[in-house]
This record gives sequence, structure tokens and C-alpha cells, in this order.
Amino acid sequence: MRTKNQLALAPWIFTIGFFVLWEVACRALGISSFILPAPSTILLAVWEYRIQLGYHALHTLWMTVAGFGLAVAFGLLLGMVLGSSRLINAGSYPLLVGFNSIPKVAVVPILVFWFGVGWVPPVLTAFLISFFPIVVNVATGIATVEPEMEDVLRALGASKRDIVFKVGVPRAMPYFFGSLKVAITLAYVGSVIGEQNASNVGIGNLLTRASAAFEVPLVWAALVVLAVLGVVMYAITAYAERSMTGWAQRSQMAA
Amino acid sequence: MKPFVDLHDVTHVYARAEDGVPAVKNLTLRIHEGEFAAIVGPSGCGKSTLMKLATGLQFPREGTVFVDGRQVEAPVKLAGMAFQNPTMLPWRTTLDNILLPLEIVEPHRGRLRRNKAEYVAKAEGLLEQVGLKGQGHKYPWQLSGGMQQRASLCRALIHEPKLLMLDEPFGALDSFTREELWCVMRDLHAAQKVTIILVTHDLREAAFLADRIFCMSARPGRIVAEREVAFPRPRDLEITYSPEFSALVHELRGHIAQARRAA
Ligand SMILES: Nc1ncnc2c1ncn2[C@@H]1O[C@H](COP(=O)(O)OP(=O)(O)OP(=O)(O)O)[C@@H](O)[C@H]1O
Ligand SMILES: [Mg+2]
Repeated sequence: MRTKNQLALAPWIFTIGFFVLWEVACRALGISSFILPAPSTILLAVWEYRIQLGYHALHTLWMTVAGFGLAVAFGLLLGMVLGSSRLINAGSYPLLVGFNSIPKVAVVPILVFWFGVGWVPPVLTAFLISFFPIVVNVATGIATVEPEMEDVLRALGASKRDIVFKVGVPRAMPYFFGSLKVAITLAYVGSVIGEQNASNVGIGNLLTRASAAFEVPLVWAALVVLAVLGVVMYAITAYAERSMTGWAQRSQMAA
Repeated sequence: MKPFVDLHDVTHVYARAEDGVPAVKNLTLRIHEGEFAAIVGPSGCGKSTLMKLATGLQFPREGTVFVDGRQVEAPVKLAGMAFQNPTMLPWRTTLDNILLPLEIVEPHRGRLRRNKAEYVAKAEGLLEQVGLKGQGHKYPWQLSGGMQQRASLCRALIHEPKLLMLDEPFGALDSFTREELWCVMRDLHAAQKVTIILVTHDLREAAFLADRIFCMSARPGRIVAEREVAFPRPRDLEITYSPEFSALVHELRGHIAQARRAA
């Protein structure tokens, strides 16, 4: 019981400890708030700009969720195709890896040529940056079905489709949910990059404007809001993972 | 009598074999309908390969494979299989694992949803026969290895296959559980008249269960000896302590030892 309580408390203690250390360091060393504001200064800024921050954060959240949703749908589909066909898998990997290696900042201008400034570039950037881990994980889960299981089903006359849907997809679910945790944080990065370069609203846009005006506390406040949103979304996906794939989490390591 | 499983002069080379040496070569094997055949041989001689050829999971480079009077050109669609590793799906309960073949094989596939209760009752009957009464709601990982193996036998039998392929199904079990499952297999075979091909390393197991035992040579595998087992059925575990039984096991051992030396 003690360890369970400790586990539940640990994230709070670590987080608060981190900020306390930061605060103490800033005060003890007398660091200028232009270089590194203390957490108390940032907190004040968050409160001061709360309406502006809330408005932009909501927009960013919306862009992120939309891009992430696209990535999930597309990632599942493509992952299923790649996982069930060795030919398509081998053929398309160089393309996928090559595409994924392109910094998405470089793609935003192209999105602006195509769709103009607005909500489309952030959503698409979030999508483009976050679908890759989903594809790779789903494909791996499906491609690594035990050959004996495959034999059992094929000897019953199962089609490739049967095997993919009855064994491959459920089996890939722990991989899929694992990748969602990576993908959701990436999607934030993507939507903020998109907003910075091709939108008039959103935390990304706020960041651009605040840094151009040297409003250092506002920049930091925006970053903190982003981090908090990221943690919340991560926690939601982690919760979904636990409730959907309990069967895969019976090892002592995860306890 | 017409053979049910008929492999004629079969040679098979795996596409991914690095040395290109055949796994089995000039292998000929005939098994009658309803027969209980056992296959023994040194490790790596191609026993599992033979199973895959007979079920259409692999196709021979040379020779022909007939099952139930038809040449095998695709997976046979009527075989139940069980392996040394029980391969249960961890996200399904034991009962749902056992029902899995019914979601694939016609005509059950189309009937399963509407006649679920009937099939569940049948699965529970099988569970009872293998000594797992009332354990169907548990997940496979809540069962011991031996219990999972019993469940995997139920899965292999649920759709009443005409052909049952067992690849070292009892290999990982302790000797008491193993003997208990021998009796389960013996009774299932007697009750269902299914054709069974059993691959095993345990010569006593082969001698106790089979009507006929085939010995294979070292790789590339072929049949080097064939032995009728005349003990009357139903057989009691006691016969395994009789001198005739020991003599048979001893003889089989000689064949395997020779096959290993020849390699
Ligand atoms: N998928 C494969 N690709 C290439 N070679 C294979 C493959 N499967 C088996 N082999 C080779 O074919 C030969 C026969 O294998 P098989 O699995 O049939 O042996 P076995 O008699 O079942 O052995 P064991 O008793 O150890 O299970 C082995 O030498 C093995 O290396
Ligand atoms: Mg084998």
C-alpha cells in the first residue's frame, strides 16, 4: 500500500520540486527575468494574460486534436496495409522514412502556397508530423503475428483478411496505443509550428508575436500552457491505453 | 481402403532455406481415414514440414499431396491443429479462443452469431472432456501451461475437423499431465473417428496412442520404417508397463538411433 501511495504522489512531488529548485536558483543567483524568469513570474504572467492565453490555447488544442485524429485514422489504415503485405511494406519504407526525415517546418510554406494562411496548415502539420510512429507500430504489431497462430488459422481456410482482423489488429493494439503517446506530443509540436508560420491565432502565433515584441514572460507563459496541455492529452491517451489493452499489461515490470 | 492423407514422392525445399537442402526428400506416406498415425524422427528431420505439406500450408517442389481424395493446392480448410506452444490469444477468454475456428470455418461462420448458445454449450462440453470444466471464462494467461494445452486441444476439435494435426502437443508438459492427456486423446479419437497425425519425440506416447508409427530419417527427411501397433483398443495406461510395449519402444528407439547415426 505504501508503495502505491508513493507512486501516486511521486509525479506531484517531482514536478513541484523541479519548480521550487528553479525558483530558488533564479532568486539565489539573481538571474534577470529577461534571460530566465522565475516560475512565480511566469505564473503571474499566465494569470495576467489568462484570457488571451485561454483563447489561443483552445485554438491550438483544436488544431492538435484534429491533426492527431487524422493521423490516427490514416496511421491505422496504412499500418494495416503495410503490416499485411510484405511487398508493399518493403516497397514503401524508403518513401515513408524519407518523408518522415523532412523537417516539417520546411513543409509549412508549401502548405501555405496550397491552402493559404488559416486553420489548414496547422492541422496538416500536426497530422504529417504524428502519423509516422502510428504507422510503424501498427505495421510491426500485425507483421509479427506468431507463425503457429497463422498456421492454425490458415489450415482452417482463413483468408489474409481474417488473420489481419482476428489476430493482427487486436495484437497490434498495445503497439498502437504506445505510439499514440508519442504521436500526441508530436502533434502539438506540429500544430504549433503550423501556427507560428501560417496562422493568425493559436499559441504558436502568440509565441511569434510575443517574441517579436520581447514580451519574455508571455513567451514563457505560453510555453507552460503548452506543456500543461501536452501532459493532459498524454494522460488521456495513457488512460485509454490502460483501459483498452489491459491484457497486455500483466507483466510485473509494468506494475 | 483408400488413403485419406496421401503424400507421394514429395520433396520440399523452403524458399528461405539458406543452403538449398531439401527439408524432406522423396517422402511417401499414406494414412487411412480414421487412423491414428504417429510420426517420430530425429530433431530437424522435417516432421513439422510434413504437417505443413499435408495441410497445404506449404507446397512441395516435387511429388503430389492428396487429402480426402483431392489434390492439395491451397490450405485444406478442414484441419484442426495444435502445437507444443498453445498459441492462445491473450485478449480473448479461453472460451472465445476455443470458438475462434467457428468464426472462420463454414458453415459455422454464418451460423455462429445466431446459434451462439449451442456452440458455447459444445465448447463447454469439450472443456469438460479435457478436465477444464467451468474454466472457460478465464483468460489463457490465468491458466497453467498444461491447462492452456488442453484448451488448445479443444480449439483444434471444436469444428469437428476430419483431420487433426498435433505437433508435439504434450512436449512441454510434466509426465503425469502428459499421460492424462494421452487418455483424453485416446477417448476423443475413439468418440469422433477423426484422422489424427501426431508428431512426437516421445516414443512411449507414439506407441500408446497410434495405430501406426512412421520413423523418419535425418534431414532431408523420408520415411525409413513403418510399424503397425497391434495393441487392442481401448488401451489402458497399464499396457505401457508390459514387456511387448517395452519391446516396441526399444525397437523404435533403434530406428531413431540409426537415423541419427546415418546423418
Ligand atoms: N521456414 C523455414 N525456412 C527455412 N528452413 C526451414 C523452415 N522451417 C524449417 N526449416 C528447415 O527444415 C528442416 C526441417 O524442419 P522441421 O521444422 O520440419 O523439423 P522437425 O522435424 O519438426 O524438427 P523438430 O523435431 O525439432 O521440431 C530443418 O532443417 C529446418 O532448418
Ligand atoms: Mg517440429
